[in-house]
Amino acid sequence: MQELETFLGIDYPTLWYLVVGLLFSGYAILEGFDYGAGAWHLFFKKDLSRRIAINAIGPLWDANQVWLVIGGGALFAGFPVMYATMLSAMYIPFMLFLMLLVLRSSAIKFRSSEKMLWWRKTWDIIYFISNTLIAFLLGVVLGNVLEGFELHENFSYKGGVFFSFLSPYAIMVGFTTLSIFMTQGAIFLLLKTEGRLYTRLTFLLKKGMIFFLISFSITSLYTLIFVPGVTDKFKETPIFFILPLLSFLSVANIPRLISKKKYGFAMIFSSLTMAFLLMLVAFQLYPVLLPSTVDSSFSVTIYNAASSQKSLGIMLTIVAIGAPLLAGYFVFLYKTFHGKVKLDDTSY
Amino acid sequence: MDVEILARIQFAFTIAFHYIYPPLSIGIGLIMVITEGLYLKTGNKHYEVLTRFWLKIFAITFGIGVATGIIMEFEFGTNWAVYSRYVGDIFGSALAAEGLFAFGLESTFLGVLLFGWNRVSPKVHFISTIGVFLGSMFSAVWIVVANSWQQTPAGYHIVGEGFNARAEVTDFWQMVFNPSSVDRIIHVWQGAFLAGAFLVLSVHAYYLLKGRYVAISKKGFKIALLVATIVSFSQLLSGHSSADGVAKNQPAKLAALEGHYDKSAPADLYLFGWVDNETQKVTGLGIPGGLSFLVHQDFKAPITGLNAFPKDEQPSQVNAVFQFYHIMISIGMFLIALTLYASYLWWRGKLFDKRWLLQIFAFSVILPQIANQVGWFAAEMGRQPWIVYGHLKTSEGFSQEVSANQILFSLILFMVVYSFLLLLFLYSMNKKIKSGPYNEAINPLEIN
Ligand code: HDD
Ligand code: HEM
Ligand code: HEM
Repeated sequence: MQELETFLGIDYPTLWYLVVGLLFSGYAILEGFDYGAGAWHLFFKKDLSRRIAINAIGPLWDANQVWLVIGGGALFAGFPVMYATMLSAMYIPFMLFLMLLVLRSSAIKFRSSEKMLWWRKTWDIIYFISNTLIAFLLGVVLGNVLEGFELHENFSYKGGVFFSFLSPYAIMVGFTTLSIFMTQGAIFLLLKTEGRLYTRLTFLLKKGMIFFLISFSITSLYTLIFVPGVTDKFKETPIFFILPLLSFLSVANIPRLISKKKYGFAMIFSSLTMAFLLMLVAFQLYPVLLPSTVDSSFSVTIYNAASSQKSLGIMLTIVAIGAPLLAGYFVFLYKTFHGKVKLDDTSY
Repeated sequence: MDVEILARIQFAFTIAFHYIYPPLSIGIGLIMVITEGLYLKTGNKHYEVLTRFWLKIFAITFGIGVATGIIMEFEFGTNWAVYSRYVGDIFGSALAAEGLFAFGLESTFLGVLLFGWNRVSPKVHFISTIGVFLGSMFSAVWIVVANSWQQTPAGYHIVGEGFNARAEVTDFWQMVFNPSSVDRIIHVWQGAFLAGAFLVLSVHAYYLLKGRYVAISKKGFKIALLVATIVSFSQLLSGHSSADGVAKNQPAKLAALEGHYDKSAPADLYLFGWVDNETQKVTGLGIPGGLSFLVHQDFKAPITGLNAFPKDEQPSQVNAVFQFYHIMISIGMFLIALTLYASYLWWRGKLFDKRWLLQIFAFSVILPQIANQVGWFAAEMGRQPWIVYGHLKTSEGFSQEVSANQILFSLILFMVVYSFLLLLFLYSMNKKIKSGPYNEAINPLEIN
């Protein structure tokens, strides 16, 4: 094994692991409210409400989606073995995911471009289904990663081909992801709307919260009882018990803030919840990226999947220059479109 | 069909579809920067109307460009897993830079560009337009660098063996400025400018023919004509420079471009022709020794032909490569003639007098599109059988764990969704063009 370069005492693969983790968290938080808002779409009855809901994410969703683009790029860049192994093994769910993304963005663009009712209704259905399934599939893939893949020597995948990705556990994680996105989406829409739609959303948000609490508890319990070794890491380094504790506290905080109608804070805490949960997953896996169910020595880890030290060094420099720029763009964008949605002649 | 063929068909289909939109987005972006800049400078309302109109068209091309681009990004992993492991170290930094610098810039400013008219000052809006335009230019840079590296690898070494072999960066800047990247980026950019400029020319020619929006259409037409004239001509120069590079770095590709088989003999330059792979003869019209002259400034100089390479290192579709290449060049020549003639009329003050010329412009929008597509097809099929030139064969690059049925399934799905998307694109372009620059959006309160 070659000598590992370090920065502040942390080796490059670990640093890149943090970068990828950060990008995925950003993706979950930002697209979480986009997809979540879309998963409520058919719960709004009036055409105008649906239009407002779409325009709430109108100027933002394209930018939010960049986190997926950069996250995917970062995975390819830093851990090409992980990128290649995961995508080719999870072929069907990823292809469905990509196709749904295309349908979803078409729906946003074209839904309100015609007056015909059938046109709008059809797009509404496409929009609703694609958002719901995208959120669900992301959770399903995460569930599969947590369970591990049937990886043999040289990362060759010998698992099922078409529908094996739909294991019970993966489905559970899928529902949990959907429910947390829906909560996030409803809170976001509350911040962007007023009047009747706002009132309707306060009602829907409560349902979403219940859906979330139920699926979250079931999945957590199942993980603790049936997924082997989840607690080992925490026994080794007890200080990290802080992570599940924080997740739990921030989950518990959301209903409290919602009942007090402090939606801005509720948004912060539902975002934090996602970040804590992903940190929990990241910590529990580290340094493994993709566990092998055959033999742990066949697992994909951040060390055997990483690009060369030189390449990682270059990319860390690129991130150090690019991240502040990107942050600046986002601050500018969100500032510009702060506040309640107002439809005008440029709206979707 | 086997996995390799299906994976190649799928890649060719999805990238060719993606590549309808980026050139339009980049090209219209340039026109918008010019018109909005003129608006800020002169305060003339016509330029504002032009900017707003082209922005509406841009919104559609850009939207479909993004949607289909994300698919490309993940297709490397799903269908070309071995290749992805092999080149990850090299593509990595290019992709990371692309994501952060290019896509980040274009997609965040896009929101302001499309929805910010009433929220930011005209200056800030103009800056956003420039931001989106530059972002799209940068994104072309990195992806073409990645592709050029795979055509002419540089600044790397190979480590490991067999399954574990992969390319690692040794010199970042050498990797970025590999022998073909500069030529090809310029060629690709200019191809995009032509795609955008000819769309603008076409739509305004159509309005002028119909006698609608005459004043703004004349302005729009002239701006686009200026761009098209300059770029058509410089495209010839950059194409020539690319061909020079191909002669040096990818001799087998050069031989395929002109259907040149003899191991070492002077090579002809064809205007058009047909390559017979069996008899190794080209039937057509050409300048004897022309290629030799272009490469070595000597009609008698020998050029390495396809037979100098082992059978399994020659591109197999020589005739297709030849045809694609010659279609691109014919179109390039035609565009030069067309724009020069129109510019001459403009200079004489008679630009809008000839209806037949406007009619040609109205239809010529399709030509740069075709040239862009066949240019890539020639470059990519001429690279075969290599996926990384000289190192990794295409037949070794696909995902071992994916089955033919899976790819077939996704390929059919793509074909259905993309056909639908293309219809939507054409329908809404048509509608936006028919309803013209002054049309207001649908009143939000009209339907309920
Ligand atoms: C001319 C240059 C060009 C070429 C050769 C390609 N693209 Fe592209 N791509 C663009 C130029 C572009 C562009 C101009 O930046 C976009 C943004 C809007 C558009 O219409 O195209 C785009 C969008 C776009 C996006 C969405 C970015 C966003 O969210 O803003 C992704 C992920 C890719 N592309 C990825 C690819 C990949 C993996 C390619 C190769 C296989 C590829 N593109 C070829
Ligand atoms: C946008 C313009 C592009 C077009 C129209 C295009 C076209 C094609 C075509 C037609 C093929 C199939 C070749 C064959 O099977 O004979 C192909 C393959 C491929 N191209 Fe491109 N390409 C483009 C850009 C790129 C870029 C930017 C990259 C990489 C960064 C790339 C990487 C590949 C790979 C990996 C394959 C699959 C393996 C192969 O068949 O060689 N292409 N492309
Ligand atoms: C006028 C004469 C032209 C010449 C001599 C020329 C030459 C070339 C050559 C030699 C290549 C292959 C480069 C390589 O494989 O590395 C190429 C590719 C290409 N051409 Fe052209 N070209 C011309 C016109 C055009 C026009 C008018 C367009 C589009 C509007 C165009 C678009 C492209 C594209 C998109 C590619 C693929 C990308 C690349 O490899 O650079 N070309 N051209």
